[in-house]
Amino acid sequence: MAQYAVLVYSPAPADPMDLTPDYVALLERYGDQVTELGGQILTGFALQPSTTATAIRGDLVTDGPFIEAKEVVAGFFILEAPDLDVALKIAKLNPATIDGGVEVRPLFQPPAE
Amino acid sequence: MLAATARVAGDLDVAEECVQDAYLAALAAWARDGVPDKPGAWLTATAKRKALDVLRREKVFRTKMPLLVEPAEAETTDEPAGDDAVPDDRLRLVFTCCHPALAREAQVALTLRLVCGVATGDIARAFLVSETTMAARVTRAKKKIAAARIPYRVPEAAELPERLDAVLTVIHLLFTTGHTAPTGAGLVRADLVDRAVHLTRMLLALMPDEPEVRGLLALLLLTDARRATRTDDSGRLLVLEEQDRSRWDRAAIAEGNQLVLGAFRTGRVGRYALQAAIASLHAVAPDYAATDWPQVVRLYDELLKRWPSPVVALNRAVAVSMVDGPAAALADVDLLAADPHLAGYHYLPAVRADLLRRLDRPAEAADAYGAALDLVDNEAERAFLTARLTEVSEAG
Repeated sequence: MAQYAVLVYSPAPADPMDLTPDYVALLERYGDQVTELGGQILTGFALQPSTTATAIRGDLVTDGPFIEAKEVVAGFFILEAPDLDVALKIAKLNPATIDGGVEVRPLFQPPAE
Repeated sequence: MLAATARVAGDLDVAEECVQDAYLAALAAWARDGVPDKPGAWLTATAKRKALDVLRREKVFRTKMPLLVEPAEAETTDEPAGDDAVPDDRLRLVFTCCHPALAREAQVALTLRLVCGVATGDIARAFLVSETTMAARVTRAKKKIAAARIPYRVPEAAELPERLDAVLTVIHLLFTTGHTAPTGAGLVRADLVDRAVHLTRMLLALMPDEPEVRGLLALLLLTDARRATRTDDSGRLLVLEEQDRSRWDRAAIAEGNQLVLGAFRTGRVGRYALQAAIASLHAVAPDYAATDWPQVVRLYDELLKRWPSPVVALNRAVAVSMVDGPAAALADVDLLAADPHLAGYHYLPAVRADLLRRLDRPAEAADAYGAALDLVDNEAERAFLTARLTEVSEAG
């Protein structure tokens, strides 16, 4: 099994308290769908809205996320799946893809030697 | 051979190295013991053995075996797949190379490199980039296949349609790269053309109801039916107008026409079926002048709606010249000349030169032939343009 980080992007500020009941219902079903498709969520987190973020560049500390964009990282989870195709199937079903999107990134595995 | 080795190695880089090692081993062994009865099988067996050695030596079994690798049962059916066997290893490799997680340019480069064995330098020349750039692109794509675990398989039926566009595009590019080799002495690279046709046939067996697969196969067959007549005995390029139509491959044309009809009957025609329909009109015309040019122009209009490419517009201009005369076509071509996409495209000045020649403006035609010659790399095409340049220079 391979491990992927799935980064969830939603329209700023991506406040988890603003989730609609429809979205929450979709999220509640998501866990079972992941298992059905042959994957497993090892761990996952939702983030406080991007208005709570603080960015540091060099010695400059500023208000806001590191990259100002229409969509911000709302959370992430670690997914275990047999291959990228399964991981993508699972990622496509994530409700964030409706008004934002997700990024699937394999976790770095240090070389064997 | 690479596909079979990749199945053992589970890693495209390792597989490629093993195949190269097998060739080196063959040089030594065959010089010593003579060429074996089945050199291909010898090479494949050697490459696979080397792949197993590599896996053992580097203990990469644990980390890399799951990548790209079929379940172990696949190994037991080791007899070579016939042309009709679907899906074969090579098609699986094409789908891996054309995975939507890879950039289109990487898809094409990988397919040319891994499925067709085209040297990285040749791919780089075809794409007008440096060899270093192309090598980096191929390496990056291979790394992504390994790191993200893009599986080595033909996708399930439900996933096929979304993968199809990339696969059709890549096979079509593969064909065009072989049909008129971007560089080198010969006009055609038959190995690439034949491989493209073979891959499309397998794709059609896999997806018999897709009109665009039928369209692509028709297009390839109808275009390649002219292969024997595209140059004369001395290798000089012959344009459509000069070709001996009695020597076109009638069987391929008949099959192509049937496929075009089948694609049109579905009512869902796309760019390949439309291009095939144009090729079909050329194939059935008794001679160049008697081609149904008005219908060709109409098909180009449809094609431009689905595929608004300046190259299509340039081809349309040639058809327009046969319906409304070279002056009308020249106006279209001059508009296209402003498109930066065609700046390095030698067919643009070549078409322009031909129209000016037909308009009896030899001095301007000579300039345009010169401009085309500055951009062309294929020797057969170069010789053709040079001959035309001499012709108009003498006329002027």
